[in-house]
Amino acid sequence: MATVFPFSAIVGQEEMKLALLIAAIDQKVGGVLAFGDRGAGKSTAVRALAALLPKMKVVVGCRYNCDPDLPERFCEECKEKAKHGKVKTAQVLVPVVDLPLGATEDRVVGALDLERALAKGEKAFEPGLLARAHRGFLYIDEANLLEDHLVDLLLDVAASGENVVEREGLSIRHPARFVLVGTGNPEEGELRPQLLDRFGMSVEVKTPDTLPERIEVVRRRDAFESDSTAFLEDWSKEEAKLRRKITQAKDRLPDVSVPDAALERAARLCMTLGTDGLRGELTLMRAARALAALEHDKIVTDDHLKRIAPSALRHRLRRNPLDDAGSSVRVDRALAEIFG
Amino acid sequence: MSISLAWSDAVTAAQLFAVDPVGTGGVLLRSRAGPVRDRWLVTLRAALPPDQPYRNLPLHIADGRLLGGLDLSATLLAGRPVAERGLLAEADGGVLVVAMAERMQASTNVYLTAAMDAQETAVERDGLSLRMPARFGVVALDEGLEDEFAPAGLRDRLGFHLDLDQFAWRDTEDFPVQLDDIIAARARLAGIKVGREQIEAICTAAAALGIISLRAPLLAIRAARASAALFDRVTIEQDDITLAARLVLAPRAMVFPQSDQPDEAEPPPPEPPPEDNSEDNNDQEQQTPDIDRALDEVILAAVKAAMPPGVLEALRASAGRARARSAGKAGELQKSKKRGRPTGSVRGELRDGSKLNVIETLRAAAPWQPLRRRQAEGRPGSAPRILVEKDDFRIARFKQRTETITIFVVDASGSAALHRLAEAKGAVELLLADCYVRRDQVAMIAFRGSIAEILLPPTRSLARAKRSLAGLPGGGGTPLAAGLDAAFMLADSIKRKGQTPTVIVLTDGRANIARDGAPGRPQAEEDAKASARQFRVAAINSVVIDMSPRPGPQAESFAKEMDARYLPMPHADATVLAKAVTAATRAG
Repeated sequence: MATVFPFSAIVGQEEMKLALLIAAIDQKVGGVLAFGDRGAGKSTAVRALAALLPKMKVVVGCRYNCDPDLPERFCEECKEKAKHGKVKTAQVLVPVVDLPLGATEDRVVGALDLERALAKGEKAFEPGLLARAHRGFLYIDEANLLEDHLVDLLLDVAASGENVVEREGLSIRHPARFVLVGTGNPEEGELRPQLLDRFGMSVEVKTPDTLPERIEVVRRRDAFESDSTAFLEDWSKEEAKLRRKITQAKDRLPDVSVPDAALERAARLCMTLGTDGLRGELTLMRAARALAALEHDKIVTDDHLKRIAPSALRHRLRRNPLDDAGSSVRVDRALAEIFG
Repeated sequence: MSISLAWSDAVTAAQLFAVDPVGTGGVLLRSRAGPVRDRWLVTLRAALPPDQPYRNLPLHIADGRLLGGLDLSATLLAGRPVAERGLLAEADGGVLVVAMAERMQASTNVYLTAAMDAQETAVERDGLSLRMPARFGVVALDEGLEDEFAPAGLRDRLGFHLDLDQFAWRDTEDFPVQLDDIIAARARLAGIKVGREQIEAICTAAAALGIISLRAPLLAIRAARASAALFDRVTIEQDDITLAARLVLAPRAMVFPQSDQPDEAEPPPPEPPPEDNSEDNNDQEQQTPDIDRALDEVILAAVKAAMPPGVLEALRASAGRARARSAGKAGELQKSKKRGRPTGSVRGELRDGSKLNVIETLRAAAPWQPLRRRQAEGRPGSAPRILVEKDDFRIARFKQRTETITIFVVDASGSAALHRLAEAKGAVELLLADCYVRRDQVAMIAFRGSIAEILLPPTRSLARAKRSLAGLPGGGGTPLAAGLDAAFMLADSIKRKGQTPTVIVLTDGRANIARDGAPGRPQAEEDAKASARQFRVAAINSVVIDMSPRPGPQAESFAKEMDARYLPMPHADATVLAKAVTAATRAG
C-alpha cells in the first residue's frame, strides 16, 4: 500500500475530522458522508483514518473477520472451529475497504470461486468486499455516481447487517456490519435519499479560504511528497496520541450517561426540523455520547448536542426545493430556537 | 480564452512535464488536431525516454481494458484465473495520452483521476482483486469547441494548460531536445527544496488570482521544481517561479489580481520571458531580480503579462460551462451488456464488454467433457483440465432502465415572461428534488428577443439548477422557431446517447420573430410550424403547456404540428406543472 498522509497533519476540516473520529469511537453512529469541493482533502482524510485506527481482535484465518469475543455471531466456519476448542486470535488493522465505482456485483457480495470452479469443478464461495469490510469501514469515493444496482445491494446489507448470497447455485449468508463512508461532489449529482439516510452523519467540506491555512496545507503536502518517511516520523507522536484518545474514548463510552433533559432536547430539535423517523434522534444521541467520551465528559450536555447536531441532522431534513436556505442554515435556526 | 504564450513557453512546458510527469500531473492540450499539435507532441516524445511507456487512451475504452480484468482466453487455457493488465497499469512509469478528452465518458474520467490520486489502480472485477502501481503523467488532447471542455476533475489535476490554437504553423519551429538533459534533470529533481517563503508567495498569488483549488499552487511548486532541475540550479529561483506561474497559474486565473500600484500595471512588467531557449539559459543570469518587490507580486506581474485584458470574461464563462460538461455520457446504450439487473443468460460470443456467465458456461460444457477429452487425446500439447469451446459460452444479460431527460422550453418573451419563467424554474427544482429517486435529469432552454439559450444543460444536480436559474431576464419578441430548433437539437443529441428526451414547451404560441431573427408574424409562424414538425418526424415525446390567461388556438395548432399533447393551464403554478410533467414522462 502506498504511504498515507497522517490524519493529525490534516489542516482544518474540523467538522469532517470530528465526524470520522466519532464514527471510529462508536460504529453504531453509522457512517459519514463528506460532500464538497474538489481537492479539499476528503479522500485523504478517509485514507488517513485507516492508518490511525487502533487494531482489532479477530479469529485467525477467518475470512469474515469474526470477533473472538462474540461467539454467538460467528460465521459457519468459526462455529465449526470453536467446536474443537478455543479459536486462535490475532490483532489486525481495522479494514478500510474501497468500493471502486466500477466494481462488479460479484466482487461486492462475493461469488463463485472461479479458480476452483474451473480447475476442480467445485462449487466454493469466494467472499467479496462486504465480507472484507465486516467490523471495519466501507469507503465509496464519488458515492453519488455509484451504479443503482450496487446502491440497492448496499442498502439491503447495511440494514440487515448480513450479506445473503443467492447466485450461481450458491446459498451463503455471513455477517457484514460496516461503517459506510462516502465522499462526493454535489455538482456531479445528488445522492438517493434512501442511501443518504443510511449515513449517520454528513459533513460539508470546503476548501480552506484563509491564506495562512491554504499555505499550511500546501506546505505540509509538499513536505510529505518530498520526503514521506521524515514527514511520517515527524507526525508519529501526534498520531499515537490521537490513537490513544480513540482507544480511551471507546473504553469510556459505556460510562457516559444521557440525562432525560438531553433526550428531550434532542427530540424537540428533531420535531422542530421535521426529520423523518427516529433515526435522527438516535444518531444525534449516539454521536453526542461519543463526543462526550472523546472529551472526557461523563454526562452528555447541551454543548455536545449543539456541536454535533448539524452533522447528525442536516441530511435528514425534508426537502423543500423552493426554500433557498441550505439545510445547514435550517439546522442552525432550529438550534438557536431551542437552545437560545 | 487564449493565454498569450510564446511557442518557446509551450515547448518548455513539454520539457518540464517530461522532467516530472507524475508530479506535474500532466498537460491539457487545448488544440485542434493538426500540424501544430503534432509538432508539440513530437517535441514531447523526444523529451521522454523511449524505453518508458507512452500509451494512448482511446475515447470509447471499455472499463475492463482500462482497469484490467480477466484475460479469458488465457484463463480458459490455464484452468485458473489469469489477470490482464489494464491500460492504467500499463502506463506506469510513463505517459498516458488521452484522445478527445472533451468527450470522455464520466466513468473513464473517474477511474483515470482516481488512479492519478492513488498512483495505483484497484481492481475488483470478474472475481479478481488486484492492486497495481499506476504512476503516470497525462496529456489530455482537448479538441473542444467553444463550450466543450475536458472534465473539470481532470483539468484540475493537470499542471500545464496550453492553448495551441493561437499558434499558426509559421509561429512554431522544431525544437531540439536533448534527452540526456531531461534524464539528468530527473536525477536532480529529488534534491531540490522549496523555500517556505516561496510556497507562501505562490499560495498568495494563487489566492489573489481567485484560484480556489489547492491543487493549483501545489502543481505550480512542482513545475518550479522541475524548472530548477531542468536548468541545473541547486535551489528554486525567481525565474523558475515566474515560469511556473505563467504556465500553471495564469490559465486558471479567475480574477485580475488587485494591484496596489495601478501605474505599474500599464507597462509590461520588468521580467522578460526568461526561458527563450534552454541552451543558453545559463548565460541569462545577467538580469537582476527586483529584490525590493515581494515575490508574490512578481508572480502576479508574470501572470498578468501572460494575460491580455478581456480574457477573463471568457475564462469565467468557460469554467462555468465546463462544469456542465463534466459528465459526458457517450455510449450509454452499449452499457446494457455490462450493467444493471441480471436477467438470465444467452448463448453468444465474447465480444467487447459482454460478461461471461461462468457457471452457465461450465454447465453447458459439462456433458461434452468425456467426448472432447477423447478427441483431444490425439493432439499435441497438454490438454486443459476443462475443455470449453466457443459454443459453450453463455453471456449474462442485463436489464437497464434508460434515463429520461426532461427539457423545458420556456417562452421568456412578452409581459407574462417573468411569471412563466418563475413557475418553470420552480417546476424544474421540484422535479429535480423528486427525480433523484428515479435518476432522471432536467434541462432548460429559454427564448426571447431573437435567440434561444440553454440556461441549464441536462443535470440532476439541484445545487447547479438553483445557481444557473437565478435571476432570469424576460421580455422582448417571441422567436418560437429558434426555441424549438434549440430544443430539437438537444433532444436529438440526447436520443443519440441512448437516453429518452421529453420536451415540455411553455408558450402561448404567438410567434413573432422568424428563424432569421426578423420580426413579422406570418413568417415567424411558418418557421415555428416547420420547427415543430421535426418533433413529429423524430417521434420525440413532447407536451405543449399554454399558460396564458385565456388559452388560444395558436398553441393548440403548434401542439398538433409537433404531435404533442396540448394542456391549457391558465393558472398553473410550479407544483401543478411538475405533476403534469411527471404524468407526461411516465406516459411517454
